Amino acid sequence: MINDTYSFTVAIPLIVFFSFLIIGLGFGRLKPMVSGIFGTMALLAVTALSYFTAYRYFFVDGMMNGSFQKFIAYDALWMSFTDSLQVRMGVLLDPISVMMLVVISTVSLMVHIYSLEYMKHEEGFSRYYSFLSLFTFSMMGLVLSSNIFQIYIFWELVGLSSYLLIGHYYERPSAVAASKKAFIVTRFADFGFLIGILMLSGITGTFDFLKITDPGGSALTQGSAVGFMGLSVMTWSLLLVFAGAAGKSAMFPLHIWLPDAMEGPTPVSALIHAATMVVAGVYLVARLFTVYVLAAPDALITIGYIGTFTSLFAAVIACTQFDIKRVLAFSTISQIGLMMGGLGVSGYTGQEGLGYTASMFHLFTHAMFKALLFLCAGAVIHAVHTNEMTGMGGLRKYMPVTNFAFLIGCLAIAGVPPLSGFFSKDEILTAALEKDKLLFAVQYAVAGLTAFYMFRLYYSIFWNSDRQYHSKPHESPFAMLFALIFLSAASIVSGFIPFSRLVTPDLKPFDSHIHWAVAIPAIAIAAAGILIATLMYRKESGLPAKTAAAFGGLYRAAYRKFYIDEIYIFITKNVIFRYISAPLAWFDRNVVDNAMNSIAALTNLTSSRIKGLQSGQLQQYAYVMVTGVIIVVLAALYFMNA
Amino acid sequence: MNILLWLIFIPLSTVAVLIFCKDRRQYRVTSAFGMGLQLLFSAYLVFRYTEERNAGNAEPMAFMYSYRWFDAFNISFMTGIDAISLSLVVLTSIVAFTGILVSWRMEKLPKEFFISLITLAMGVFGFFITIDLFTMFLFYELAVIPMYLLIGIWGSGRKEYSAMKLTLMLMGASALLLVGILGLYVYSSPDVNILSFSIYDIASADIPLEAQRFFFPLVFVGFGVLGALFPLHTWSPDGHSSAPTAVSMLHAGVLMKMGGYGCLRVAMFLLPEAAKEMAWFFIILTTISIVYGAFGAIVQKDLKYINAYSSVSHCGLVLFAMLMMNQTAVNGSVLQMISHGLMTALFFALIGMIYERTHTRDIRFMGGLMKIMPFLGVCYMIAGFASLGLPGLSGFVAEMNVFVGAFMHTDKFHRTATIIAVASIVITAVYILRVVGTLLLGPLRDGHEFETGDARWYERWANILLIASIAAIGIAPLWLSDALIRSIQPIIQKLQ
Amino acid sequence: MIEKIGIENLLILSALMFFIGVYGFLVRKNLITMLMSVELILNAVNINFVAFNRYFYPEKLQGHFFALFVIAVAATEVAVAIAIIISLYRKIRTIDVEKASEMKY
Repeated sequence: MINDTYSFTVAIPLIVFFSFLIIGLGFGRLKPMVSGIFGTMALLAVTALSYFTAYRYFFVDGMMNGSFQKFIAYDALWMSFTDSLQVRMGVLLDPISVMMLVVISTVSLMVHIYSLEYMKHEEGFSRYYSFLSLFTFSMMGLVLSSNIFQIYIFWELVGLSSYLLIGHYYERPSAVAASKKAFIVTRFADFGFLIGILMLSGITGTFDFLKITDPGGSALTQGSAVGFMGLSVMTWSLLLVFAGAAGKSAMFPLHIWLPDAMEGPTPVSALIHAATMVVAGVYLVARLFTVYVLAAPDALITIGYIGTFTSLFAAVIACTQFDIKRVLAFSTISQIGLMMGGLGVSGYTGQEGLGYTASMFHLFTHAMFKALLFLCAGAVIHAVHTNEMTGMGGLRKYMPVTNFAFLIGCLAIAGVPPLSGFFSKDEILTAALEKDKLLFAVQYAVAGLTAFYMFRLYYSIFWNSDRQYHSKPHESPFAMLFALIFLSAASIVSGFIPFSRLVTPDLKPFDSHIHWAVAIPAIAIAAAGILIATLMYRKESGLPAKTAAAFGGLYRAAYRKFYIDEIYIFITKNVIFRYISAPLAWFDRNVVDNAMNSIAALTNLTSSRIKGLQSGQLQQYAYVMVTGVIIVVLAALYFMNA
Repeated sequence: MNILLWLIFIPLSTVAVLIFCKDRRQYRVTSAFGMGLQLLFSAYLVFRYTEERNAGNAEPMAFMYSYRWFDAFNISFMTGIDAISLSLVVLTSIVAFTGILVSWRMEKLPKEFFISLITLAMGVFGFFITIDLFTMFLFYELAVIPMYLLIGIWGSGRKEYSAMKLTLMLMGASALLLVGILGLYVYSSPDVNILSFSIYDIASADIPLEAQRFFFPLVFVGFGVLGALFPLHTWSPDGHSSAPTAVSMLHAGVLMKMGGYGCLRVAMFLLPEAAKEMAWFFIILTTISIVYGAFGAIVQKDLKYINAYSSVSHCGLVLFAMLMMNQTAVNGSVLQMISHGLMTALFFALIGMIYERTHTRDIRFMGGLMKIMPFLGVCYMIAGFASLGLPGLSGFVAEMNVFVGAFMHTDKFHRTATIIAVASIVITAVYILRVVGTLLLGPLRDGHEFETGDARWYERWANILLIASIAAIGIAPLWLSDALIRSIQPIIQKLQ
Repeated sequence: MIEKIGIENLLILSALMFFIGVYGFLVRKNLITMLMSVELILNAVNINFVAFNRYFYPEKLQGHFFALFVIAVAATEVAVAIAIIISLYRKIRTIDVEKASEMKY
């Protein structure tokens, strides 16, 4: 439905785009601080617009006849493949896109403000801000996309900005390698995504989300015939689309880029690799949720299983890592896995849509507290100049505000009431319990592990015993603290947002309440996790080492991230480079090219063989000529008579 | 004088003026002026063309002109232009102009260099505007011959070998082509007295299927060699790596497009039944080209070799797309020609500029160049991103048209080929990022022999012009693709 | 008078001359002798021209003209050939045809 009164929303991405252009093209000419402030101001405007949009949409005129409407606020033709298959640049407003606007603008604004101090003394400050703007633009474009092709376009652009920002310290080989890895792994996933899009558009004849996801529309019923290897074409296409989502959202086995992405500046990790870009996959599945749930339930439950498995897998690894950003990265993977798990167990109508609602809810709360945790980690790293938790300890005395903010983040992610994580996780668990007991059991275990590793992290940084610091750690400057405090507040209160009244799969609000039968055991296991962590890490003791030894092989495997990286390196270095490309290049030079050179050589050879005929002996030529004449004459006589 | 003749006349008079020029400054100013004029003129031509179309001229070709120069065989100098050839003409004038700019400091025999370069460009312009096969063939040869001199005299490395190889392979191809063209001529009319070389006369003739079967492979392969069709692509890595910068640009950017254009305009358009029948074979070859070129590029160490193999892959996509024979894919094919022309010209220009400063093209000996030449570094990254098909740059638009078009075929064979072709976007990302990572990023290699200067003014303008064109197509593809579709329709109709 | 002599005689004469010329051209190694053999060949042809003209088309003169023409050409040819032979002799101090093989290949 077209709604012109919302057409101002097109300014949201455009403002940041122009901010990118201005800072980017003014490269080197603008004073660093000027570009920083300029970028932040642009984002402030965008945030205000986003909040206004959200307010108007959710509380003024988004609801009609008891359900939220999907508005096309802006629409322009970008490219037409055929008359029906067109790529349009549009703005689609519905509960999830509006919610994402709020998430992105909030976190992005906080990161902009935080970075003003954090990145102050870095080289490439302007470049950093222009890329932040580029990222925000692409992300806004992604969530507002009105068709699946548009989402793919912005999908690639967020991949680009992620690449550029991970590689911000481009003189560091590890950062270059990490950015390359992130881009290529997600690109590989996008290959699946693109094929999925092509198939989906082939089935439905359109890219348009409104048409594809219309529950009563014809798009859903097409392509359900069994196509290939026992699954319908629709299921295949949706699984391939999910492959793209899994790449961006770091689902197993495509998660390997995310921990390495922590080579980027910490605020970037907070913005891109914790709060916004990595949940794009979740958002994509949610965006196509109607199709998944109505036309390809097989694909949906697969997503649930993959998500839940990833969440356990990453949680186990998180327990063993020592780099605080890596712990947070694995925790992010784990939490996104939970969101995918939530989507996987969701139904479509009414109360059955709880999983979807819970997943979006968790996406929202997670964005707040994970950004908070990352920014705290940034503050800590800023203070002690190391990422390793072995080099930290006792920081609560030096950084009281950060300590407090980090504690809130940890409590929220551990699911301790009344912080936000509790509410969203409770809903995911409830939805899983109703649908699939196995998924519930795994997610329940993950909840305990989450509490454990987060508090392991917390105690190792802020408690434990003091280390030898080069210079006395100090509390962060105001701009950074402001972001921390704001996000702490958001982490506390966002749990009270009545999500089931705002974001539901069928757009009709329903009532939900806390399910104490699930909540109480969940609180109990979180408490148990915290307790164990307290015992092990609050004071320096030999307990962690002993426990690690007790787990033996499992611990070592988890510490080495289950050797997935090694497998990838094997595939890329050995298989692609050594066994495909190198032989191919050899083949090209020595077989294909040689074939061409051989033709030339053959010509040469032939001519050198027959050049002997040109002996230079005049009389020899004359003999040949005379003989020839005689033959010709005889032949002529013979044939004329005949 | 017909408006299209200016496209020949301007380079011709530039060459004429160059002959009387005295020193290096005059040579380059004259050349830049001539090619700049050509660029402006082709922009004006775009304007005139649009005007003509808006005025309701629905002929397949606009600005038709014909001058019969050989009565006995009915050979004419016949010109006409549609959106496909017009966009390639604009591409050529952009690349030729930037080619002059990057050769600003040509030291060795500058006069002869510029004359050959402009003659080459003139051949290309002539090729794109003629619609008479024989004249087209003449211009084709006119473009290939100076290439031999340009590589053989001004090249580097194994220049004689490369020049010889390139010329011989292209000549071999043109032998096939000539047979094909004569075949088309013979079948252009049932009446022996009114045979014709004109494309539109031949298009309206009914060529028997047996003849088509014989001539289609000849013509397609003949042009395909120029378009780096596997396994006849091997002139390209050697040729490109030995050629001087401007020649690499023109060659990869424009000459290889002549192959694609010829395949589309001559082979597919004039021999449609055989094209349909034999497409499967060439689809296999081009699919191999696409993946093969990309894999080949992964392990190369010489920047120019990397780019040459990447060109094999991208040009493979051009031919692949046109063999899909539907409007979207063919549109993608033409877009890919333009896009690849621009970005590969940019690549070669940048490689030349980097080489001038570092005196090596081996990526193992370079690193962290972003630090000392940020402008060139950023340009190189943009070129790389265009090459790997990032949205907002031209490569994406072209590739998506190709893939969407190719995916419209629902049978297993086409699907498989398409999926393999799509996989190339991943491989492309691998080699592009590998180069960007080692060449531009990372710690600065000990480069005491490097000249540290960033781009000079003429280099800046050359890059900016190319990047602006790439971005213009990438951000707003609609105007171009709409114009192209109109001109593609007659070709598609023949193929349906 | 001439009718008494049959054309066959003339033709036999010219054939003999022709093949003597060919033989000389193929066998003799001395360039001057080879040149003379060529003259024999040409004159054999001349005889044929004149004979055919006189016996079959007595009212026409083309055969005579052509014979004169050949004589003229033969004269110029001799001039050129002698010039070549002399300069060849200056270069390689011999006029043996088998020694003059520098330009082969």
